[in-house]
Amino acid sequence: MFLRLMFRNALRHKLRTALTVLGLVVAILAFGLLATVVDAWYAGAEGASSSRLITRNAVSLVFPLPTTYREKLRGVEGVTDVTTSNWFGGVYISERNFFPQFAVDGETYFRLYPEYVIADNEYKAFMRNRKGAIVGRKLATTYGWKVGDVVPLRGTIYAGNWAFEVEAIYDGRDAKTDTSQFFFHWDYLNETVKRQMPRRADSVGVYIVNIADPGRAAELSLRIDEQFRNSLAETLTETEKAFQLGFVSMTEAIVVAIRVVSYLVIFIIMAVMANTMAMSSRERLSEYATMKALGFLPGRIGLLVLGESLLIAAIGGGLGVLFTFPVAARFGAAMGSLFPVFNVSPQTVLLQAACAAAVGVVAAAVPAVKASRVRIAEGLRAVA
Amino acid sequence: MNVALPPPEVIVRIRGLAKAYRRGGQSVPVLEALDLDIRAGDFLALMGPSGSGKSTLLNLVAGIDKPDRGTIEVEGVDITRLPEADLARWRASHVGFIFQFYNLLPVLTALENVELPLVLTGLSRRERRERAELALSMVGLEDRMDHNPSELSGGQQQRVAIARAIITDPTLLVADEPTGDLDRVSAGEILDLMDRLNAELGKTIIMVTHDQRAAERAHSTVHLEKGALVKA
Repeated sequence: MFLRLMFRNALRHKLRTALTVLGLVVAILAFGLLATVVDAWYAGAEGASSSRLITRNAVSLVFPLPTTYREKLRGVEGVTDVTTSNWFGGVYISERNFFPQFAVDGETYFRLYPEYVIADNEYKAFMRNRKGAIVGRKLATTYGWKVGDVVPLRGTIYAGNWAFEVEAIYDGRDAKTDTSQFFFHWDYLNETVKRQMPRRADSVGVYIVNIADPGRAAELSLRIDEQFRNSLAETLTETEKAFQLGFVSMTEAIVVAIRVVSYLVIFIIMAVMANTMAMSSRERLSEYATMKALGFLPGRIGLLVLGESLLIAAIGGGLGVLFTFPVAARFGAAMGSLFPVFNVSPQTVLLQAACAAAVGVVAAAVPAVKASRVRIAEGLRAVA
Repeated sequence: MNVALPPPEVIVRIRGLAKAYRRGGQSVPVLEALDLDIRAGDFLALMGPSGSGKSTLLNLVAGIDKPDRGTIEVEGVDITRLPEADLARWRASHVGFIFQFYNLLPVLTALENVELPLVLTGLSRRERRERAELALSMVGLEDRMDHNPSELSGGQQQRVAIARAIITDPTLLVADEPTGDLDRVSAGEILDLMDRLNAELGKTIIMVTHDQRAAERAHSTVHLEKGALVKA
């Protein structure tokens, strides 16, 4: 009976309740979407392996490192494998079609990145083809590429028109894996650079160093950098996560702004719903007084208001969470490779649920207290 | 041989009752040193001009307001000394309310409105429903059980309110202008019903009214003026 009363009270003013629920849906959806954008920002760092270190030029990432460092790195005790990666920065048709392209050592690179799942025959085909490329599933889907297609890229860092043949499409081992990247052979890049810009040849962007014990990451980083101290190109070594977070920190202000806006949205809907609950509660003072006269204790009257508020919050919050998934999927697709990993995480859903519950509780707090404290004789005189 | 029956016992004993309200920083006395005895099974009408304190007296006897001084004993229990929670429980089991504007919950059906006070008891849902159906049939509304208050006439709504008032088998029925919002025919039906509750179920009824015709249906009438009892 009590629950029935709560439910019917919630649906008493259908338009008012519908508008409040709509507001909640939009707020919870917006919150979820913004939280997913923040997650996407950190996706690179989240997907990083704790056993991989990145060694780059200490001056700046813009400056390369000589290929001769490779053997020295391999010789460091605790290092199990080394590979290289080189940012290419080409343009596919127009600047709008941004996606990351890396020239890599195909033989070692994919050994260090087991999260990129490649069919054996496709990988072999890639290794056989000097101009071959491996592209992520999301990227291939975005541009409609398939194995055998030729992808033309206009070089910006490495001038000229380049053409690559898609030999493999990799999938992610899990939802956190970025499948919007484009890999091709560093050898192909280096041969071309040797011909066109000999001074820039035989260098790589970064070394990726695999270590046996992630617990020794700090110590090994220091040892690696020590080894190249006072050399032509001093190095800076850090964990892959720290390396990725370095990029995020450049845009920290944007992330903070997004977070602030997401909580601001919740705060606004909290105020809107508090107003709705206050109006409803004020209109029903005589009913609460009647119930108190009949013997209902103040606590139960307060619970009635709180329950009604929580019910509206649960409906709005539930729908908001449900709508987040399709909207996020479309948003992620529209963003393309800008947000390579754009998934609504369980933590985001939990946060959405917690926010909806908080809205329900906070909005009901003052009206519930007022309703429970209504003086019977005065409340009975109140005109609804 | 005629044997004189002993007078019914006093069920409500009021002594030295005083109540004042604060208005604009000033204390306005409403009741002053009022003494009154109400016997079990009585049907008492409280009359008096507006502001005479009759509704205040009714509220105090029903335990929905607290006096400044004095005692109100109902069946030997001084309700002025009861803490809020105990007073609420006392009201739930000892007092049935009949209001001028019925005060039914608009989102509940007639049956659910009558059932509402039983939510506070340990009765099962089925028992509650059976009792509510019985109470509604007693007031002649067995065919209107599933109607919402807005689908009932004023007289029917007041009958639902009366069914709600008697559902817990209370000691007292308190009625504040029960016919004040009704036409003459409906008012007559409500007063007939109250008569029956008094005569057949032995309910003690205290009724505030401005209506002389309603007061004439009561067994006794008490007049209040400026917070004090006046001889009728």
